[in-house]
Amino acid sequence: MSSRDAVLGRVRAALADVPAVPAAEDVAIDWEYGQRPAGAADDTLGLFVERVEDYRAEVSWVTPAEVAARIADALGDHEVTSAVVPSGAPQDWRDAIAARGIRVLTDEPVLSHAELDGTGAVVTASRVGIAETGTIVLDHGPDQGRRALSLVPDLHVCVIRAEQVVADVPEAVARLRPSIDARQPLTWISGPSATSDIELSRVEGVHGPRTLRVLLVDG
Amino acid sequence: MSAVRRTPAPPPGDLQDMPKFPKNAAKELRNTQLRKNLRHATTTIREKRANVVAELPHWEQLRRAGEAIKNRTLRHLDDYLLQLEESLTRNGAIVHWASDAAEANQIVIDVARAKGADEVVKVKSMATQEIDLNEALEAAGIAAWETDLAELIVQLGHDRPSHILVPAIHRNRSEVREIFTEEMGRYGTPPPDGLTDDPAMLAGAARVHLREKFLRAKVAVSGANFAVADSGTLVVVESEGNGRMCLTLPETLISIVGIEKTVPTFDDLEVFLQLLPRSSTAERMNPYTSMWSGVREGDGPQEVHVVLLDNGRTKVLADEVGRQALRCIRCSACLNICPVYERVGGHAYGSVYPGPIGAILTPQLRGTASAVDASLPFASSLCGACYEVCPVRINIPEVLVHLRNQVVESHGPSVEGTIMKAGGWVMGDGRRLALVQKGSELAGRVLPGEVIGPLPGPAAGWTGARDLPKPPTQTFRDWWVAEHQGGRDE
Amino acid sequence: MNVPTSTVALFATCINDTMFPETPKAVVRLLERLGCRVDFPLQQTCCGQMFTNTGYFREAMPSVRNFVDTFERYDYVVGPSGSCVGSVRDQHPMLAHRHGDPGLQRRVEAIVAKTYDLSEFLVDVLGVTDVGAYFPHRVTYHPTCHSLRVTKVGDRPYRLLSAVRGLTLVELPNAQQCCGFGGTFSLKNSDVSVAMGTDKVRAVLDTGAEYVVTGDNSCLMHIGGLLSRMRAGVTPIHLAEILASTEDALVAAGATAPQQGGSR
Repeated sequence: MSSRDAVLGRVRAALADVPAVPAAEDVAIDWEYGQRPAGAADDTLGLFVERVEDYRAEVSWVTPAEVAARIADALGDHEVTSAVVPSGAPQDWRDAIAARGIRVLTDEPVLSHAELDGTGAVVTASRVGIAETGTIVLDHGPDQGRRALSLVPDLHVCVIRAEQVVADVPEAVARLRPSIDARQPLTWISGPSATSDIELSRVEGVHGPRTLRVLLVDG
Repeated sequence: MSAVRRTPAPPPGDLQDMPKFPKNAAKELRNTQLRKNLRHATTTIREKRANVVAELPHWEQLRRAGEAIKNRTLRHLDDYLLQLEESLTRNGAIVHWASDAAEANQIVIDVARAKGADEVVKVKSMATQEIDLNEALEAAGIAAWETDLAELIVQLGHDRPSHILVPAIHRNRSEVREIFTEEMGRYGTPPPDGLTDDPAMLAGAARVHLREKFLRAKVAVSGANFAVADSGTLVVVESEGNGRMCLTLPETLISIVGIEKTVPTFDDLEVFLQLLPRSSTAERMNPYTSMWSGVREGDGPQEVHVVLLDNGRTKVLADEVGRQALRCIRCSACLNICPVYERVGGHAYGSVYPGPIGAILTPQLRGTASAVDASLPFASSLCGACYEVCPVRINIPEVLVHLRNQVVESHGPSVEGTIMKAGGWVMGDGRRLALVQKGSELAGRVLPGEVIGPLPGPAAGWTGARDLPKPPTQTFRDWWVAEHQGGRDE
Repeated sequence: MNVPTSTVALFATCINDTMFPETPKAVVRLLERLGCRVDFPLQQTCCGQMFTNTGYFREAMPSVRNFVDTFERYDYVVGPSGSCVGSVRDQHPMLAHRHGDPGLQRRVEAIVAKTYDLSEFLVDVLGVTDVGAYFPHRVTYHPTCHSLRVTKVGDRPYRLLSAVRGLTLVELPNAQQCCGFGGTFSLKNSDVSVAMGTDKVRAVLDTGAEYVVTGDNSCLMHIGGLLSRMRAGVTPIHLAEILASTEDALVAAGATAPQQGGSR
C-alpha cells in the first residue's frame, strides 16, 4: 500500500464517528467573511500611518505629482548608490532616481543573488494596505517584481495608494482573492524585519530589509 | 553516521528516554538563571499579548470561528487533504505523503541528493523538529542549517529547543554571546571582533553569518503554518526574513506539512491571521507572512515539494476528546501563560512540544509507554489559564484529565489505584465517610502541637515545605448532628 | 433581598466537613442570618474531584451517584467551594455520559442547574452583596483557579468583601496565577507545586495583609501550609467565615477575629 493510501485510510478510520454529511452541514462557522467589524476606525488612512509607524517604519504622505521625486529623496536620505525598480513600475520613478545620480536596475535580465545583494535599495508599488495591523501586502505583480527583489536589498521604499488601504484583515483577504486565484505569491509586510528571540526584546533588522520607507499617495 | 559532523551535535540521547516530568522539573527548578530568564520572558509576553488582544472587541468571536474552522477541517480531513493535493499538483508542486518520521526524512534526503545538494537551509519548523530531520540529514552527509535566530542559537549551542516560538527562551544575552563567540566561526562566517551582548549586535552577527548560506543554498526546507485546500497555497508566518530567504532564493523548496495544518479556503486565513500573531508574538501582525501556490514561473523555487506528514496525527484524530489538540496553530500562548512552564521551562517535558499543549500532544502522538510520556498529563495543576488564552479554544484541562484516565487504565494495578478504589467506595455513602472521619477526629485528639510539621516517607511530598493542619476533634457532620439532635435527615 | 421559601441544601464538601468545619458552620450562620432555612443532608460525601482529576473515573462514580441521590430533592444546593461546585458542574455530566447511563446523565444535568458556589448564591439568588458582616482587618483575596475559570464566580467575592464593614481589601499582585495546589498535583509534582506556592505567598506578603482569603479551603491549605511553615503571621481564611462574622458575634466572643478552623 502506498503511504498516501495508508495515511488516508487511517484518517478515514479515525473519523468513523463523524456523520456522512457535507462538512458545512456538520460544523457551522459563525463568522461573516470579509466584513469590516462594527466600530472599525473611520480614519482608515490615519490609523494605517500610525500603525505602520508603530513598527518603526517611516511613512510620508505624498501627492501623485510628487511620488517620483519623493522616491528619489528617500533613496538619497539613505545614501544608496543603486536601486532596483521592477519593470512594471512607472518610468518617471526610474527617471527621477537616475537624475539623482543613483544607478537604476530593472531585473531585466534577471539579477543574480550576488547582484541583488550588492544593490542598495528596492522600490516597489503594493497591492493592499491594512490599517488595523499596519501591514502592506505585495502580490508581486509587474510593478512590485519577484519576491527576491523586495527581500535582499537593505532598504525597501514602498509606494501605496490611498485607495489600496483597507480597514482590516478580512477586507484585505477579500481584495487579495483575485491574486490568489491567479496563483500569484503574496508577501505580507508589517514593518522592517525584526526579531524578539533574545530575551524577547525586539530588535529591528535581521535578514529582510532593515529599513522600510512607505510613501502613501493621497489626493 | 558520517565520520566528521557537518553541523553542531545536539545533546546525546533520545528525548523519549528522559525520566518522568517531576524528576526533570526538580532539576530545572534549581537553575537560578533559567528561572530568571523564563520569568522575565513569559511575564513580558503575557502583558503584551493581553494588550493586543484587548484591541479586538470581537476576540471571542474570532476564537470561536477559529475553533469551528479547524473542527470542520479535522472532521472531514480526508476530503480536504485530497482537495489540497489536487490544488497543489495543479499549481506545479510535487506532493508526497509520509506515514512517519523515517519516511518524511527519506523524502527530503532523496530530493536533496537528486539536486546534488550537500546542505540545506531551514525555516523554523516544529514538524521538522518533531521528525528530527537535522540528524537524519547529518547521517546522510547533508548539513541542515537553522536560520531562525533562536534556532541558530540552539543549534550552535549544542542544545535543544525549549519553547515552540522562541526556542532559545532559556538563554539570556550573555549566554548567546558566549555561544556565538565560541561556535559561529566553526560553521561559517565568524562574528565580528568585539561582539558584545547587545541583542542588535548579536542579531547583526547572525545576519552576516547566515547571508552567505542563503545566497549559496540550492535547497531549502520549511514547514507551513497553514495549507489552503482550495487554492493550494502554503503559508509561513515569521519575523526575521530568514523564512523569505529560504522560500525565495533556493532553486528547490521542500515543505514538511502536518496533515492538521490544512484549512479549507483562502478566506479562512482572515480568521487565523488575526488570531495567530496576537497570540504568539503579541503583535498586531508579524513582520513577514509568505504565501505561495506551488511554482511561480520566474519567481522563487522552480521545484516545489510538499510532504504531507502523519507521524501519529491520525492516532490523535481517532480520539474524540483528544482530537481537539490538532486544532493547535503553534502560537505558544499556553506556554507563556502556564505557571508550571514558567518555573521549569521546556526541557523538562521531554519533547519538542513543551508546555500545556505538549502535555496533551506528546502523549497522544507517542503513546504513554515511556516514563516521561506517562507523566506528562499530570504535569499540570489544571488551573485552566491555557484554555483561556488558546486562540482556537483547545480545552487543555479537559484533555489532560482524559489522558490521565487513559494512563491509569492502561497501567496495571498500583498502590495508588488501591487507595483510590477504597476512597471511591467510602465516598459512595455518607455513613461510610462518617466512619472514616472517626479516625480523623481521633488523630485530632492525640496528635501533639498545633500543626503537623515535616514527616518522613510518602507524606514528605506535602510536609517537606508545607505544614499540614491537624484534623479538628469534631467534624462538621458531628457538629450538625449534635446541634440538630440526630439530624433532620435521618 | 430575595430569600427562597424552599430549604437550601448545604453541600459542605468532604474536605470542609473533615478538616475545616468552621467554614460550613459559617455558611449555616450566614444563610440563617439572611433568612434561609438550611439543611445538611447527612448522606452527602464528596464531589469526587480527587478521583476524576487523578484519572480514576470509575472510582468517581459512587460520588457522582451519591451526590444526585443526596441533593436532587432540593431546589438549591450551595457549597463553599468554587472548585467542588465546579467539579459537579463541569465533570459530573462528563462522567455520567462516559459511564453510558442516560438516566443518571439527565439527573446530573438537572442538579447542575441548581448547584451554586456560596458567592453566586448570595449575589445571584439572594440578590445581596452587603450581608451585614463586620471584619476590621486588612485582607487580600486570591481568586482560586476553579472558582475563576470553571465555576466563573467573577467579581462576586470582591463585591461581597468590599461591602464588609471595617474590612480593607488590598489587591493581590498577579492574583490570577495559580497557587500551585492542583489536588494530587501538590503531591505528584510537589517541587513545582511548592515553587508556585512560594511565589503566591511572596505576593501575599507583599500586600501587608493580615488575612489571605479564598473561596476554596483546599488551595488555602496549601498557601496556609507554606505561610505556617514560614511563621509568616498571615492567617488564611475562607470567604464564608469573613461574611459570617458580625460585630455582635465578635463582642460576644470577646475577640477581634472569628474562630479559626485548624491552622490551614
